[in-house]
Parts: sequence; C-alpha cells; structure tokens
Amino acid sequence: MTTVDVSVLDGVGTSPRRPDGTLKVRGEFAFSSDLWHEDMLWGATLRSPYPHAEIRGIDLTAALALPGVYAILTYQDVPGAKRYGLEIADQPVLAMDEVRYQGEPVAIVAADHPETARRAAGHIAVDYLELPPVTDPEEGDLLRRVPVRTGDPHPTADVVVTGEYQVGMQDQAFLGPESGLAVPAEDGGVDLYVATQWLHVDRKQVAACLGLPEEKVRLSLAGVGGAFGAREDLSMQVHASLLALHTRKPVKMVYGREESFYGHVHRHPATLRYEHGATRDGDLVYVRARIVLDGGAYASSSTAVAANAATLGIGPYEVPNVDMVADVYYTNNPPCGAMRGFGAVQACFGYESQMDKLAAALGMSPVELRIRNALTTGSRMPTGQVVEGPAPVASLLARVRSRPAPPPSTPDLRELPGGVSNTTHGEGVVRGVGYAIGIKNVGFSEGFDDYSTARVRLELVGGEPAALVHTAAAEVGQGLVTVQAQIARTELGVERVTVATADTSVGSAGSSSASRQTYVTGGAVRAACQAVRATLLSRVAGATDVVGGKLVNAAGVVVADLAEAIGDEPVEETVEWRHRPTYPIDPKTGQGDAHVQYAFAAHRATVDVDVELGLVKVVEIATAQDVGKAVNPLAVVGQIHGGTAQGLGLALMEEIQIVDGVVRNPSFTDYLIPTILDMPPMSVDVLELADPHSPYGLRGVGEPPTISSTPAIVAAVRAATGKALARVPIRPEHITT
Amino acid sequence: MDFLRPSTWEEALAAKAAHPEAVPIAGGTDVMVELNFDRRRPPALLDLTRVAALTEWGGDGDLLRVGAGVPYRRIIEELGGRLPGLAMAARTVGSPQIRNRGTVGGNLGSASPAGDAHPPLLAAGAEIELASVRGVRRVPVDEFFTGPKRSVLAPDELIAAFWMRPARTGDQFAKIGTRNAMVIAVCSFALTLDRERRTVGTGIGSAAPTPVRAPAAEAFLAASLDWDSPGAVPPAVAAEFGRLVAAAAAPIDDVRGTAAYRRHALSVLARRTLTWAWEGSR
Repeated sequence: MTTVDVSVLDGVGTSPRRPDGTLKVRGEFAFSSDLWHEDMLWGATLRSPYPHAEIRGIDLTAALALPGVYAILTYQDVPGAKRYGLEIADQPVLAMDEVRYQGEPVAIVAADHPETARRAAGHIAVDYLELPPVTDPEEGDLLRRVPVRTGDPHPTADVVVTGEYQVGMQDQAFLGPESGLAVPAEDGGVDLYVATQWLHVDRKQVAACLGLPEEKVRLSLAGVGGAFGAREDLSMQVHASLLALHTRKPVKMVYGREESFYGHVHRHPATLRYEHGATRDGDLVYVRARIVLDGGAYASSSTAVAANAATLGIGPYEVPNVDMVADVYYTNNPPCGAMRGFGAVQACFGYESQMDKLAAALGMSPVELRIRNALTTGSRMPTGQVVEGPAPVASLLARVRSRPAPPPSTPDLRELPGGVSNTTHGEGVVRGVGYAIGIKNVGFSEGFDDYSTARVRLELVGGEPAALVHTAAAEVGQGLVTVQAQIARTELGVERVTVATADTSVGSAGSSSASRQTYVTGGAVRAACQAVRATLLSRVAGATDVVGGKLVNAAGVVVADLAEAIGDEPVEETVEWRHRPTYPIDPKTGQGDAHVQYAFAAHRATVDVDVELGLVKVVEIATAQDVGKAVNPLAVVGQIHGGTAQGLGLALMEEIQIVDGVVRNPSFTDYLIPTILDMPPMSVDVLELADPHSPYGLRGVGEPPTISSTPAIVAAVRAATGKALARVPIRPEHITT
Repeated sequence: MDFLRPSTWEEALAAKAAHPEAVPIAGGTDVMVELNFDRRRPPALLDLTRVAALTEWGGDGDLLRVGAGVPYRRIIEELGGRLPGLAMAARTVGSPQIRNRGTVGGNLGSASPAGDAHPPLLAAGAEIELASVRGVRRVPVDEFFTGPKRSVLAPDELIAAFWMRPARTGDQFAKIGTRNAMVIAVCSFALTLDRERRTVGTGIGSAAPTPVRAPAAEAFLAASLDWDSPGAVPPAVAAEFGRLVAAAAAPIDDVRGTAAYRRHALSVLARRTLTWAWEGSR
C-alpha cells in the first residue's frame, strides 16, 4: 500500500508569491496604459465644463483642420444604442442635447499623437447654454426609494437619541487611470484590451452601443491599476471602439489624472438621519432612519447602493422595530456608483455614531452596548432574512477590545499629529479610543443571477500533469490569479497551474466587486476541477478519488498516477457555478432574503489628536474579521490593511469637493489619500469560522475592513476632543471650532 | 517646445537673454506638473541641471551663499546645522523623491504663496541673488514676491542663489497639512530668534497672496522678550505674539482650509514655535 501525501504545495490556505508582485514592485508590470500597437492612433475626449447646459451646436471645423487628426465623433456617430448603464441605460455615450454633469463626454478625437488629439479636442467649438444645476439631492428627481419596515410602526422607548450625519464624496483613487486599446477586426468587430472589473458586462454595453452582435466585440483584460468599484461602469470602452471602427486603425486612450476624476463614478455622498430607542438596560427597541444618497447625473449602480444602505442600514444588531427608508436621487453632481463598501459604508457611519451616542446616554460602554445587541446565528435582519452560519459580532468586538493598548507616543515627530511638519512637540495632544463594527453583504443580491464560469484543462506538458485555468474574472490587484491557481492545485493535486488571461472567449465570471470573486469564481474553478476529476476517475477502473496527484480506490490504495490517467487525452471541463439564489425585497416593506452571505469586521482605533490645531495621528488600529477560510492568508491580511486604510482616508481626508456641481480638487495634490505616515501599525485578528454554504467555508474579505474603520476612527477623535463630529471626512476646523 | 541645455552659468544667462519666454527648469517638481496638467505651454524650457555652479554653497563672512540648484535633500543633510529653520521646512517638502529633485531656487521661481522654503527665508531676512547678462542684483526676500506666483524676476533674469545668515540661535518652522506627509501647506510659519542681535524674524506661508512677514509681531516680540533672562516666555507675550502673527495674514477660504482656521492655526503655531525657539536659543 502506498501512502499518499495530501498536502499540495501552494494550495488553498497557503500564501504563494503572486505572479505580478515582483513586476509591480520593480515598475515592470504592464498596465493598460502601457498597451501599444504599431500604427495606432490616440484618442482624446472633450468634456463639458458645465454641470448642466443645453448643447445648441457643435462646430468641428477648426478641430478637423488640424494635421494629424483622423476622426472626430459626436453622438450622431454612435451607430447603436445612444445610452448605456449598468442597471438603467440612461447615460449617453456622448452628450446629445444636454450635459448633466461637469466632465460629461461630448466629443471624441482620434489623432496620430496624444498631444494632437488633446489639442484638437480643445478646438471643438461647443455652443452651450448654461442651465441651473440641481446640486441638492433632496431637490432632485427620485431614482429609487428603498423602505425596510418591520415590527411596531409606533414604538416607544425609555431612552431615545437622534442624529444627523453626513458622508462626503469619496473617490476610489486608483493609481492606474482609465485606459485601453481598441483594435478593429477583419470581421467588422473590435478587439478591446481594457482595465475593467467585469469584461462581460462591458461587452454587453459596448456591443449595444456599437450596434454589433456580442460575439463581434471581444474583450481581454489588460493590466489593472486598482479598481475599488470605479471600473464597474464604462469609461473609454465605447469611445475607443467607435474611433477604431471609424478609422480602421487601433486606437489607444489613456485618461490623465485630472480627467480620471471625471472619468469614473464616486462614492455616494449621504445624509443620514437616525433615531434610536432603547430600554434603560440598553436593549435596542427601535431604529428609525432616513438615508439620502446623491446619485449624481446618471443611475450607474445607485439603485443597488440604496438597497444596501437600506437593508444593512441598522448594522449588525437585533432590532425588533425598524422604519428605514433609503432614497437615492438624480442631481447634476458627478455620477456616483460602486465603491468598496457600496452603501454599507455610509450607513455604518450613521448607525455606529448613533450607538456611541446611545451608549453615552445610557452610561454604558460603547462595546458593551454593541455586544448586548449583537446579531448572532439565527437572528433576523430587519428584512426578515435569518442570519445563517457563523455571525461572530459579539466575539469580534470582544477581541478588538481585549488587544493591549498601544504605548504612548514618543517625542519622534513622525509619531505625533502633523508628523515632520513640526506642529506639536506634545502640546495639545490628547489620546482617544473608538470602536465600530460593520456588516456587508457578499455577492450580488436581490435575486440577481450571480454566477461565474471556469474552464479547466488538465494535460501532460513534458510528461508532467499541468492545469490551465481560464476564467473571465478580473484580477484588479486583489490576488485573484493566485487564488485560482491555489484552488486548482488543491483540487487536482498538481503543482503546475497556469491561469490564462481573462477574456470573453470563456463565459462570464461576474464582477470583481461585492467581495465576491474568491467565493463565486473560486467556486466555479473548484467545480470545474471537480468535473475534471470526475472525468479522470471514469477513465480508471476502481478509482474513487484523486489525492495528492494520485488516483486511489475506496481503500485509499493508489491505482494510477495522474499522468497515466491523463495520457494523450487532455481533460477539459467548463462549469457555470452559482451561489444560492437570493430574492427581491418587497418594494413597500423591504422584506425578503436579499443577500447570500453576510460579512463582519470590527475595528478599534487609537488616535492622538492635537486638539488646538485639529490634526490627527492614528496611533494604532486593531481589527478582527471572520473570513470563513483564509484561502490565501497573506492576501487576506493585505485586503484588511488596504480596506482599513481606505476607511481611514474617508474618516480624515478623502473628499471630492463640489461647489455648484463643479469639482474643486481633481488632483492628488488636493484629493489626499493616506500615506505610510498616516497609516498606523495594525493588529489583525483573522477568524476562520466556516460558512456551511460557501466554497471552503470562505467569506468575502475585501469590503468589511473599509466599512467599520471610518466610524471607529471618528469615535476615537470624538473621545479625544469631545466634539460631535457628525461629518466625514473630519477637517481640522471641525475640531478647532 | 524647445529644450535649451546650457552647461555653464554664462551660457544659461545668454540663453535666457535670447529666449526670455523660456521657463527655467531645475528639479522639475513644479514645472513638470504644470506641463503634465496642461496648465502651461511654454515655447521653450531652459534646463539648468547641467550648470554645476548652481549646486554649490559656501560662506562669505557672516553670510552663506547657497546656489539655487541645491536640492532639499542636501539642504537637510549639509546645511541642517547652519540653516535649521530652512532644513525643517525642506523636510516637509513632498516625498523623498521630490526632496532629491526639488530646489529652493525652483521654489522661488514658482513664487507660490504655499512654497515651503519661503517662510524661513523671510524669517531669516535672506537675500535672493538674481542674474542676467546685464548684471547681478540682490533682492531682500520680502521684496521678491509681488503676487500669487509672481515675483520681481525680470524676463531675462535667473535666480542664482540665496544669501542667508547662519542661525546661531533659535530657528523654527511648522506647517499645517491635512495629512501627515506629502502635503501642500494649509498654512505655515517660520520664526528666527537672534539673541545676539535681539531681533525677531517671521515668515507666513499659504495665508496671503504672497508669503509674508508679520512686522508688527516681530517688533512686539523684540521689545517684549527679556533677552537677558533664562526664563520662559510669559504666556501673555506668547499669546499676543500669536495674535499679531494671525493678524498679519490675509487668508482665504479654499479647498485646503478656511480663512478662519488658517488665522487660528497661525496663532497656535506662532505661540508654539516661539516657545521652542526660545528654549532652543538658550
């Protein structure tokens, strides 16, 4: 009898080196902005300078006269659908009679040099009639209202606290600007190489706008320099394709940094009005909430963002009586859509601020109040959905509370608020500690057919078994390529695994968003590997399992090598894999099992605040998160660090400032994101409590860290300053006045 | 766009005289941003990086002459002991990469009200050496700035160097930003206390159309400090000094902060830097 080693090098639960890591560190990774083609043209976009205007005419004469210009296109040149959108096709490919936000594309140019293209765009004469912009969402048209109501509509409670909170417009601030290359094909179609989050949803929209069947629009994923939701909507995809088809030449488009701020959606600014009622003992009796989200000029994914805000809007707590309404409105502000946390971020700032306020009113510790009301397995959400599987809300809070407190800061300027800018040597510095916990749905909700497709091929290469994994899932920097290979190694017992470039020659993988890809595409890869195994087993009499690269029988005895079973006949299987179905919510009551999985993270933030100057140094962040199964532990911790940093940014600095519909800070000079001197050391406590329904028991990881870090930091700053701080990001003057 | 590459100072001056519209470029940390953001399309760039003389510094009696092309990193490493206030300001400029490239001469050339090097130059009473084929002149730094991004620099002139007295006593610099590194000043303040001469110098950044001094605050403090005393600065003196510094500013509301916050922060920085400089000068 042969013993079999079941552990596979670099399989599930290990942290193999990612293939793009060294290249990125060395600056050698090819991003979408590095694409190149012989004889290619460069595209440029003319954008509206006004948030709202009527277009009375467009004169291309002067622009067309520039040498080197090959084409200038307007909406009249769009052969197919004139509008596109993720959920509602309301966004013009190029503006028609009206522009509805500053930066809206009006015309596109192809030229033999990027400078010529930009210059030509500047020579296009657009006759605008400025119109008054709608910039207050509550004066805009309602896009979606999502009520969630349960229990007694007229509850009373011993202790009641109310609050109104505001969240500014955060940007995803990816470093790789929107870019791609469109190559006209001989069949009249187009091959598009682009950095995106979801190749197939891009293809569907691009094909419709080009008036082509989908099979004539072929997309391949180019190197993605970050996404965070900002690449869910189209940017330059249709534009480059139009120019390529029109000129019969490859066309490359790369947005500049400033243009990028106009080129993608942002996080919805929100106003959140809450009323929490509790017994004197601290049991939550009711929550009333009204959430107003500014959707901007076009729908994007606003309707789903509003549903998240509503269905997750009271947090991970048991509340018998809930009256929640989340509204999202159209305005003439920049369009808002997907960003890491997706509606749950805004709500969490509201409900966690309220929990602190309630704790103060009750004279309880903020952590005790939260633990007392924490959701657990079997709890009912306000939508009526029962929480299945582990829901360690109380335990996550207890874990971050029990971490040792960080030591007092030393006189090193880098440890003090203001850093080396030398604003304090300790004067005015007060320490504060704050806690928060958040809840996020994993995967697409409300009955969406959320699936992924994986094709796995097992063959002999040089006599050794090797697997090829092919999906259309977008690696956006999160490490999905590595994870897919790990799963194939574990399932097939082979070490040599290649992950093919994601493209549309295989079925849809769904979006790299909603913390879903390891779950759904991971699930699809596992299912495809299992199908490959089944085929292999059917080839060898008596074989019942593949273990450690060997086929074994029911007694565990090796009956064949993998190589023998494969022989000259490679095995290839393609599988479409779905998570459990979700269901729509009732439009009046919000009742329904809308979500497939909940994920939780808790944060404790320790801050030093210079209370005289309003400057903040986050000293330490402790976090605990249940990930079900850490498929790649190092990548999990990386996601938790990165997500926490993005939440820190929202708490303390990140905001697109808009005045009368006009963006005032479209640059990294004035849109500030945290640097390494802003990001503190973190203690990360990763729990692995298996979800019985998901592959390997895993739970989506990417978004929860972003959700609760913001309110935890704000709570810590409140503790240090005694200020109410009802708005994020906190600005120094909010502390000093 | 023409790219002029003189290799000597004489050639540079000749090139500037022949192409007064050429924009000088040293580290490129301001100029390249302007070009990349398409805010500026000069017909020519005048590259000064091959002019070795610009990267030298040396003494001349009581004064140091520092070439306009000395990068911030060298100011910190080589001149930190002699020009501590300027070195503190240099340490707040951008990132390590920017400090390797950026120069005080470039900062002066841009003449931004937010230039980090300007307040310590003002506080120290530095002089800026300007040169052209017509000759050389030295301009007191508080006469150098004429408006936002404007200076007395003539179209045919280049910034050769700045002259500054080494600090024998307390120099301080502090800058407010909304993050802890790599940030443009919301406002900044520099202070020089010279116990020997019993003089006070100040410089305010990002809180007026140009970097400015606070002359009333300087005069008040020079008259109010007990220069012979080893004791602490009386709180009332520090508070009044802070008030006068804030009053010297003419800030606006913008994306980086409000006018009211800038005034408030300047008063706090003035009080704090006074305490530190007084301690440091003992």
